[in-house]
Amino acid sequence: MIRLAQTVYDSEGFRLAADFEIARHSFSAVLGPSGAGKSTLLSLIAGFLPLTLGHVIIDGVETDGVPPAARPVSMIFQDHNAFAHLDSWTNVALGISPSLDLAENDRAAVDEALARVGLSALARKRPGEMSGGEVQRIALARALVRQKPILLLDEPFAALDPGLRQQMLALVNELHQERRLTTLMVTHEPKDARAVADQVIFIDGGEARPPAPTGRFFSGKQDKAVSRYLGT
Amino acid sequence: MATETATPAYRTATAFILIAVAAGLGPLLLFAITQGGRIGLDAYVWRVLSFTLLQASLSTVISVALALPTARALVRHRSRARPILLSILAVPQSLPAIVVVLMLVTLFGASGLMGGLLNLYGLAGILLAHVYFNMPLALRVFTQTLQGIPPENRRLAAQLGLHGWSLWRMVEWPALRPVIPRIAALIFLLCAGSFVVVLTLGGPAATTLEVAIYQSLRMDFDVARALTLSLLQVTLCAVLVALAGRSAWTEQLPRRRMDGDTYEAPGRAERIFNALCILMAALLVGGPLLALLVEGIRHISPGLLMLQALMTSTAIAALSTTLALALAWPIAWRQRRARGLTTVTPLLGLIVPPAVLAMGWFILVRGLDGGALLAAVLIVILNGLMALPFAVNIVAPAVASWSERQERLCAQLGLSGWPRFRIAEFPALRGPLAQAGLYAFSLSLGDLSAVTLLGSQGLVTLPSLLHAQMGHYRSDDAMGTGLLLAILCLGLGALANSKRLAS
Repeated sequence: MIRLAQTVYDSEGFRLAADFEIARHSFSAVLGPSGAGKSTLLSLIAGFLPLTLGHVIIDGVETDGVPPAARPVSMIFQDHNAFAHLDSWTNVALGISPSLDLAENDRAAVDEALARVGLSALARKRPGEMSGGEVQRIALARALVRQKPILLLDEPFAALDPGLRQQMLALVNELHQERRLTTLMVTHEPKDARAVADQVIFIDGGEARPPAPTGRFFSGKQDKAVSRYLGT
Repeated sequence: MATETATPAYRTATAFILIAVAAGLGPLLLFAITQGGRIGLDAYVWRVLSFTLLQASLSTVISVALALPTARALVRHRSRARPILLSILAVPQSLPAIVVVLMLVTLFGASGLMGGLLNLYGLAGILLAHVYFNMPLALRVFTQTLQGIPPENRRLAAQLGLHGWSLWRMVEWPALRPVIPRIAALIFLLCAGSFVVVLTLGGPAATTLEVAIYQSLRMDFDVARALTLSLLQVTLCAVLVALAGRSAWTEQLPRRRMDGDTYEAPGRAERIFNALCILMAALLVGGPLLALLVEGIRHISPGLLMLQALMTSTAIAALSTTLALALAWPIAWRQRRARGLTTVTPLLGLIVPPAVLAMGWFILVRGLDGGALLAAVLIVILNGLMALPFAVNIVAPAVASWSERQERLCAQLGLSGWPRFRIAEFPALRGPLAQAGLYAFSLSLGDLSAVTLLGSQGLVTLPSLLHAQMGHYRSDDAMGTGLLLAILCLGLGALANSKRLAS
């Protein structure tokens, strides 16, 4: 469970406030206008940005001052998810040991993760030789070997073609179920949210609203800000 | 992440630089405090100051004035010779000053191929050498600026029928104008601090602050005058560095492919004018180079002396390169977050010129009988500091862009310390590091100023051997040594600029 307790991020005129809980094993879509602070919310949970006020409490543990690597979180970015000079196998292996100090079963885990995302054949390829979708699969495989209970997705499939995007979403959803993850996904596509998320966190006007069930969010009975955003 | 404390490596690097500079300035300040009354701007000091400013102004004006029409000519004509011409024009950047002086002596000296054309020793020779270095520098910046003009502007100009003078006035000149003050300030700074050219081609009536400091201390043993000159030189350089600004070094000019189709073919008069400009530039840079090549090949004969000097130079260059990189690396990382002092520290080597630093160190260690080893250590430090601003400028942008892309990923994976350097940073940044290293190595290998300022009798480097050979009129030997040095530095320069490293 992620608890955002009167959390405020304030920097150079940009402000984001959040005060709610995100249930364990939920799949939340994070929606809202551009620049509202969707990525900021994820960065606060992942520990990339310092809180101005309040707390982020993950499974009862206060995370203030805990560095990103020590948090039970894997985050996948829109791009630059892999080191360009390392092949995909090594990029995944970094998820197990930052010094690439690998035991036999670690190697097996890397192979297995690559197989799970369908990259076995491309284990020795570098990101430059792979397609955009394949590079994002590296990040997914690395998230798998890291075995962190929380998965944050910052529009990782925004640049992909619609078909491929559906495939990737399905894969993420499978992994979410399989590993019983708590997943947050920033997206610009209400369609994506409907397809995979069971709840929606809407961000507007400097505030992240508590999660609303996906069905209710898209029911058309929402307030002005939401209907303006959805164009309904 | 927003607040990041300075790393121990950064603190060590900064402390090292500050101590080195303080050791140079310390005696200066002590003197100013205790014997301030003896600081006097006598006639000699005034003459030196005004000559420094005069030659730097003239060098700047001539370099810029020649580079402007030549850049335009180069950009306007698409010819297969252009890449060759551009690579010839890049040569002076890699050449040590003492080698350029040798080239000019070979061509214009009393017994040179074009001897008697001008008196090389004095203002004319100094200007020639400075223009040799700086005209191509300005030319390159101007060419890139002109090539960076958006194709849309050129298309529009073509549509409106602008050509010749009106194209220059409406499109080209407005693009160049903002660049000129910066490049002029940089050239002025380089010429005002020029040591080797003035040392070898100047004379009693044609000397600059930098050389006068050295002569006052090492020849006349007039500490008071050396310190007065140093105070002036530090003030001048600080003002110039502030004026030239960091932008002059870090400027990343846009490189766009040019659409030749939008060009109207220049008229006949303009074609002739452009051809003359290009010919002038090619002769200016290529002529002396060719002279050294022809004369040098006939006389190159590696003797024991040359071999020893080569080994000494290589050792000093290797150590000073290591020092420059070790200092530049933590500073480059620090610069991506912090401003203020961080951006000034690496420039201290420019603000406090080598002659002043060397003078302070020389006074401090005067009592010690360190001999050649101590001299070598000091030369390594001075060369390292001289290369530092350039090394930082090569490494810092690469570090910043890497950090932008992958820092979060490293933070999440817990990559830090040595594994982070080994796995993530070094493989991604070895190109710029190697580039900076090659640059520092080549600078130190060809540098005559540090060994002149700090050298002791037993210490012979390639440039100091060359200088001695030139001084003793052993011009045959000098040709051989000069050619070797030129080949080494050009090779290093070509390596540093190779596309494989840049990407």
